Amino acid sequence: MLDAHLAKRRGPLALDIAFQARAGTTTVLVGESGAGKTSALRLLAGLDRLEAGFVRLGSEPYADADAGWHLPAWQRDVGYVAQDYALFPHLSVFDNVAFGLRAAGVERRRIRPRVEEALGMVGIENLAGRRSHQLSGGQQQRVALARALVPSPRLLLLDEPLSSLDLQTRRMVRGELRELLHRLPCITVYVTHSPVEALVFGDQIVVLEQGRVVQAGPREELLRRPRSPFVAELIGTNLFTGRPVTGGPALSPTIRTPEGEFAVEEMGSPGGVFLTVSPREITLYPRLPEASAQNVFLGTIREVIPEPPAGDRVRVVLDARPSLVVEVTREAVGALGLHEGMRIHAAFKATGVHVYT
Amino acid sequence: MGAIAGVLGGLLLVLLGLPVLSLILRISPGVLLDRLREPLVVQALRLSLITSLAATATVVVLGLPVAYLLAMREFRGKGVLEALIDLPMVLPPTVAGVALLTAFGRNGLAGHALSALGITLPFTTLGVVVAQAFVAAPFFIGAARAGFTEVDRKYLDAAATLHASPVRAFVTVLAPLAAPALLAGAATGWARALGEFGATITFAGNLPGVTQTMPLAVYLALQSDLDAAIALSVLLLVFSLAVLLTVRLGPTRLSALLLRARRPSR
Repeated sequence: MLDAHLAKRRGPLALDIAFQARAGTTTVLVGESGAGKTSALRLLAGLDRLEAGFVRLGSEPYADADAGWHLPAWQRDVGYVAQDYALFPHLSVFDNVAFGLRAAGVERRRIRPRVEEALGMVGIENLAGRRSHQLSGGQQQRVALARALVPSPRLLLLDEPLSSLDLQTRRMVRGELRELLHRLPCITVYVTHSPVEALVFGDQIVVLEQGRVVQAGPREELLRRPRSPFVAELIGTNLFTGRPVTGGPALSPTIRTPEGEFAVEEMGSPGGVFLTVSPREITLYPRLPEASAQNVFLGTIREVIPEPPAGDRVRVVLDARPSLVVEVTREAVGALGLHEGMRIHAAFKATGVHVYT
Repeated sequence: MGAIAGVLGGLLLVLLGLPVLSLILRISPGVLLDRLREPLVVQALRLSLITSLAATATVVVLGLPVAYLLAMREFRGKGVLEALIDLPMVLPPTVAGVALLTAFGRNGLAGHALSALGITLPFTTLGVVVAQAFVAAPFFIGAARAGFTEVDRKYLDAAATLHASPVRAFVTVLAPLAAPALLAGAATGWARALGEFGATITFAGNLPGVTQTMPLAVYLALQSDLDAAIALSVLLLVFSLAVLLTVRLGPTRLSALLLRARRPSR
């Protein structure tokens, strides 16, 4: 079990986050650049000192700012894969991977089998004699991973492990890496700016924004109940905060948000609530619809963005009150003649609004 | 503009190149080899090699930790320390010799402590080594420090997360990655030690076989035997040029060769 409260100022960033992680699971720290992800990893690794807070791995205190305790990085049971891998340029692949075992004083005759096993685990036994400049990005990534894993760390830290790879390699390595992390008994903390990677790797996802945790929880919880604009954008849904309208003339339950009023099916609690509207639940009409949708808003199309991978689905960003992201098919774009600057109605049913606290 | 630069550059080339050229042209290879066999010359050559190598070794051993601290750490008085280390580069060598005398001479500040230990520096071969180390130190430390600073911190971070203590990281990562700069620094330091004159003659005197190194022998020979002086000068010139060329063209290629020669431990 990893128990961490990390606080440190670094330039304009004031990092202050806390989270816990269980053995055999992957915790993803996700956020935009400058959110403090790498700083958090460096504190966990012991490369930087905490200004406040603590790091505990199992029963072992790694750092405690109050007690002035800091276990140096080289004495921690931690594996660390830096964003650009930092393979030693003067050593062969074999010697890179053997480095941690030699430094830890592992017996000479036990080193070769363990290095070979680690190289086999990431599928690069045949590269043992190469140097880092003779490797492709994907191969370097595997060497870095093998090098970090071979001393069997209890805590594995990965800093954007896929971001230096080209698109094709990334997709391939992503699947393999997920398999590998699933099999590992250690605690993994995985840092990324990519929502996709967060959802692929994260048993637990911790969303960082400007050095703070804006939401943390299991993947399902995040997908179902985003609680910040960043998370909503990350998973691609429309998020609003509001309060139920009570005692008004409205026929159906209504929630008032700063952007407008929403007809909903259930009020949720009487206090503040979150609501999400899936972009797929929203339909676009050039004329005011007479259909049964209770929520209709008029707005101007700001952007029309084809969705990867094939662009069969298209995201339409609507300047309205409230502003909405709508997902439609490519056929619909043609049929309705959707273009930027066009005035259009967006409609969705009360049942299309998900309310939670 | 181009023409002016060309003329000025040509003048400079004459100023720097002509003495070198004339020194080489002045003596025939036969006479050169003949003179280099003279006992006085051989003696000076031997002494010079021994003392300059000893001085270089001293500077490397004592200078490495200092260069490491200057490159890696921020501390109070760093600026003062840097100035102190660089001082021998700008100090007139004779002044350095006088300073060494006042420090380590028989009546110097540390003279009594040294003689209590049975060590005498002035007018001894050991004194020559001290004088050479004194003037050579900034050349090595400056180069080593620059070399350490240039090594990307990410490699040291990687070493630390792979259980390497700071000492181990220094030996297995930092020093090998800074090797070209360390070699270049040692080479220039050695060349400087070999050419040292002023501090040596002031601090250690001019005793044949004991403190009379090549530059001192050149100076002495100049008054009696011009050919011997020229022969020694040519030798020193060739050596200095060789060191500089190695440093200019060599280190990266040299270290690349060394790296390639080290077989991967398969």
